[in-house]
Amino acid sequence: MARRTLIRAVLFLCGVAAAPPLVSSWAADVSLVQVAPGIYVRPGAVEDATAANDDAIANIGFIVGRDAVAVIDPGGAAADGARLRARITAITALPIRYLIYTHVHPDHVLGAVAFAADHPVVVAHARFAAAWGERGAYYRLGLARILGGDPAQAGDALPPTQAVDTTVDIDLGGRMLHVAAYGAAHTDSDLTVYDDQTRTLWAGDLLFQDRIPALDGSLTGWLTVLGQLKALPAVRVVPGHGPAQLPWPAGAADEERYLTTLVRDVRALLKRGGDIDAAATTVAQSEKGRWKLFDAYNGRNAITAFKQLEWEDPP
Amino acid sequence: MTSRLFALALLLVLALPLQGRAEDQTADAARWQDLRQILFANHTLAPAKGQIALEAPDRAMDAALVPVTVTLDPGLPLKALYLVVDNNPAPLVGTFHFGPAAVPVQVKTRVRVDAYTHMHAVAETTDGRWFVTDRYVKAAGGCSAPATKDAALAMERLGQMRLKTVAEGPTGLPKGAVTAQLLISHPNYNGMQMDQVTRNYTPARFVRDVTVKSGDTLVFQLEADISLSEDPAITFSYQPKGPLSVTVRDSTDATFSHVFQGDDKG
Repeated sequence: MARRTLIRAVLFLCGVAAAPPLVSSWAADVSLVQVAPGIYVRPGAVEDATAANDDAIANIGFIVGRDAVAVIDPGGAAADGARLRARITAITALPIRYLIYTHVHPDHVLGAVAFAADHPVVVAHARFAAAWGERGAYYRLGLARILGGDPAQAGDALPPTQAVDTTVDIDLGGRMLHVAAYGAAHTDSDLTVYDDQTRTLWAGDLLFQDRIPALDGSLTGWLTVLGQLKALPAVRVVPGHGPAQLPWPAGAADEERYLTTLVRDVRALLKRGGDIDAAATTVAQSEKGRWKLFDAYNGRNAITAFKQLEWEDPP
Repeated sequence: MTSRLFALALLLVLALPLQGRAEDQTADAARWQDLRQILFANHTLAPAKGQIALEAPDRAMDAALVPVTVTLDPGLPLKALYLVVDNNPAPLVGTFHFGPAAVPVQVKTRVRVDAYTHMHAVAETTDGRWFVTDRYVKAAGGCSAPATKDAALAMERLGQMRLKTVAEGPTGLPKGAVTAQLLISHPNYNGMQMDQVTRNYTPARFVRDVTVKSGDTLVFQLEADISLSEDPAITFSYQPKGPLSVTVRDSTDATFSHVFQGDDKG
């Protein structure tokens, strides 16, 4: 496939960075953050995928129990996944028994190849396999172009072996993880992981901080799910992008404000009889300056929001 | 169907070298000459001088949904309007055949754009004149991109329609004319997204034909193809001669019909 198409492909959801970082291996220098006992997060770079950052742009990590380890999002490329695995084995000799995908996006999933030899149970949303079927090849080719052309460098997902359509409990030995699947929100394959013991919610890309949220599911669905998550007894959250942790539910504030603004502005535009042409440049402009990568994603979010809300019944 | 897909595949292959570069005026001109020959062989297309104008964003935010507006001289006895996205695998987005109830002063729709491309709008009049105008659009990936964001909803809502009256229609509308936007819920799968599990492409299923009548009088019939965006949207003006009825047929020959009494959902 042609270079431009492929570069654009990844630009849609991971994108191409405005400026490459100064260090050649960004992620190698980023330390793990232990946000709670046994819960480790590798914060991703708040930028789009580049050859320099190896697509290590998402927050990824793992939870250690008495008997086993669960990886939550294995990383954005083969090398990103391999680095995460090396860090796990440096911390614990316990087997990596579970691999959990929070959703279908490549910056969270493509590092899975690095865990193939562990033969983990691969836990994903019931929609994941179909969504990956539609998108996986497209994501891999797009990232391979950015990383230098070799598809192996881009990595791949391991196929899910445990599909979650509502909830599933995972026992790491004295540590129960509650995995919950949702309807269309950030994507149509979102799930979260909740650790009872430390009251930590791993939200994946249902929560963005600092980096502008990317709408690839349902805008109103996302706000509904965010409300459900806020009702959980969690004291902290691990967002899919941004810092390793935030207090909960206070950490939902910025994203909720952005999504609510999208809804409000698009509904007002629709009420005025405005057309989709105007959405990209007029909607949620009050949020400019509050998010990194705003110019790269807000217009697209606005068009997506318009396309969804124009089907609503008029109030 | 098979031959059609083969033709699409062939066009895709032909189109590939075009996607690799940003702007090559010679190749773009040659591409249009080919398309003009295929689509409008026996007609002289006169460069438009106010008869027809084409608007689209210079750089599209979403290549799978590029809004396009065609504005036409109200004095033109319009017979048909052709919309072409030159570098798309299926370049002819659609052909609007206008009927007696049409007031074809402006038509809006949304298209997929697969590579940086010229777009052409061609107007054919009832007295045999042809006019052409073009525009360059920077967007790419709109045909092969996985566009459907909520697959369950897409099938659940398949064939539903909405009609919205547009309060501020285009200027130059004759007395009594009404402007409306028709939304059709349809994933418009173009057969270019691969299902990795089965190694097959998601079968093409797209809107082929949209026929809109006011009372018993034809407003327009649109022959469409895979370059129309998911959930096709069409804004048009017409003289009300009764309830607006819409019949949509897709490439699987599934038919969806609705009669709108006013602003309505179907």
